[in-house]
Amino acid sequence: MDELFQHFLNAVILGGTYALLGIGLTLIFGIMRVVNFTHGELYAFGAYCMYAFVMLFHVNFFLALVLAMSMGTVLGAAIELLLLNRLRGADIDTTMLVMIGAWIVMQNTEQFVWSGVALSISSPFPANPLVVGPLSVSWNRVYVFLIALGLIGTTYFVVNRTRLGKAMRATFQDRDTAALMGIRIGRIHTATFALGSGLAAAAGALLGPVFVVTPTMGDLAASKAFAIVILGGLGNITGATLGGFILAFVEEIGAGYISSGYRDAMGFLLIILILLMRPTGLFAQKERIG
Amino acid sequence: MRKFAGLVTTAAILAGGIITGVNAQETIKIGVTQPLTGAFAASGNYVAQGAKIAEDEINKAGGVLGKKIQLIIEDNKSNPTEAVSTVEKLITKDKVPVLIGAWSSTLTLAVMPKLEEYKVPMIVETSSSGKITTSGNPYIFRISPTSAMEAKSFQPLVPKMGIKKASFLYTNNDFGIGSANEYSNMLKANGVTIGAMETMDPKATDFSAQLAKIKASGSDSLFVTTAVEQLTLILKQAKEQQLNVRIISCGGSNSPDQLIEQAGDAANGSFHTAFFPPWFPEVTKNPEVSKRYMDEWKKRGHNVGGLTEGFRGFDGVYVAVAGIEAAGKAEPDAIRAALWGVTVKGIYGDIHFNKEGPAGKESGQNVPVVYLVTISNGKVTRTSF
Repeated sequence: MDELFQHFLNAVILGGTYALLGIGLTLIFGIMRVVNFTHGELYAFGAYCMYAFVMLFHVNFFLALVLAMSMGTVLGAAIELLLLNRLRGADIDTTMLVMIGAWIVMQNTEQFVWSGVALSISSPFPANPLVVGPLSVSWNRVYVFLIALGLIGTTYFVVNRTRLGKAMRATFQDRDTAALMGIRIGRIHTATFALGSGLAAAAGALLGPVFVVTPTMGDLAASKAFAIVILGGLGNITGATLGGFILAFVEEIGAGYISSGYRDAMGFLLIILILLMRPTGLFAQKERIG
Repeated sequence: MRKFAGLVTTAAILAGGIITGVNAQETIKIGVTQPLTGAFAASGNYVAQGAKIAEDEINKAGGVLGKKIQLIIEDNKSNPTEAVSTVEKLITKDKVPVLIGAWSSTLTLAVMPKLEEYKVPMIVETSSSGKITTSGNPYIFRISPTSAMEAKSFQPLVPKMGIKKASFLYTNNDFGIGSANEYSNMLKANGVTIGAMETMDPKATDFSAQLAKIKASGSDSLFVTTAVEQLTLILKQAKEQQLNVRIISCGGSNSPDQLIEQAGDAANGSFHTAFFPPWFPEVTKNPEVSKRYMDEWKKRGHNVGGLTEGFRGFDGVYVAVAGIEAAGKAEPDAIRAALWGVTVKGIYGDIHFNKEGPAGKESGQNVPVVYLVTISNGKVTRTSF
């Protein structure tokens, strides 16, 4: 029974970071219709920023998170302005190819700058875990979970309660009408991509100290993020949040009680099953067509 | 861009050749396929760095058969498909008469059919899966130990360490599966109960589910087989989950120095098999060779944590060159035949090849020494009981 509780605790903690990865990607896809292959690299970028600030420049650990997230936001805005802005109106295949190119360039730049050796970031948290009865969890992971929840909540607030969020939602519902109503679609796109990228970089900066930082760390994160987004319904923040927790639970319980070697397969098996029954994902939003 | 790194390496080697005034036609080429990018990039680069040290030493001493040697290092990107294309390129385009590669067991197994097809021998410097030398490929000459050898040399320690119930956590590939099979069989034969047998994807970073299960199994020891990146995470996460078992890492790609640096406190009390112990090089069979290699490695400013991988490439080049010298010509079949007779004073010991595998199609297998080390108080010490 202790084992089951430990699995549940692990899944909840893991789910928070999965959700954070998912919402950034789902925003970008939902509002911009861009399949963002650089999402995983922005995650890695956040982790490397964290490494540079904490380990090389000895910046305060918590301030470094804010800086890494800001750098991710700036890089996201740069990608949008330099690449995607020019491709608006281009078909989805062209955009996808450009994004795949950007992904490869970013990953190889990381490899070139930091080499393939894994780097580790020291955290100010005590090495001994937080112990509750038979369960234990590291302080660092508790911190990651709480910050992730905070960021998800903030994103929720921005999208649902602010003027910018209203413009984003209007663009999502009907781009042309939104433009006719005076919303500057270009700015909304840049803001959305920057916000999504900032969230990915935050996830990387949070998880960098938990795991190790490597140039290929983004690949796994990106594949999970795509799975979560498809599971939750494209463009749906609630869907991505719940999708993140569902994926974490399936993986953790599947790995614990069925087979750990097929941990990643379990998640994708679930996605196939859900898509067979609900082809638009669990929580797809209705779109106005025409 | 990925190819770019390979091009730069090749260009650098070519440039090196020009500066030392060597005509490309007068060199003997040796092909090296290593994972320079991707999941195993760190280890693959160390092996390549070690190989380059040997290349420079040999050329400084006059080369072989009156010619300089030239390494052609290709990046197999930690990917079996890419590994096959690098070998095909090295053999058909560069016309190398002998190869060194391909780091992981999965990569080596992937390229083996190509060696048979083109009849070119390959020195296997790292891979440990038993299948490599037992499947009947007469072009394989392995200098690294097999998982079976490792398990066998561990056997006397089982009663000394008081292992009663052991669990396994291993990467789900030829390396991990081979190692877990050999060790679990050896332990069972010595009366040890096997608890959980847990696998992990080679790219996975979160092992909480596996560790919770291992904790519940009530084992006293955990045998882990994977490369250093995952091992770092496992040590950290085992501490987070208060898994109070003795952790023993197998396979020799565990870089204890890097573990101390990156896992910190969580690395204390763990045991690791090592095939070269740079913390006490005097115990190796040829300490003068070990010392020479270590001095040059440090002089070049390479990462000290990579010493336990780099020597594989260093020895690999010396063995390939010994084969060329004994053959008297740089031709694949002559080198293959000559490798059976060579003995090389290397870091792996006095390297020579015993026959292994089905009769008539035997592969060559060296028998190196396996060391067991312990990390305590942030230092590596030789395990003694």
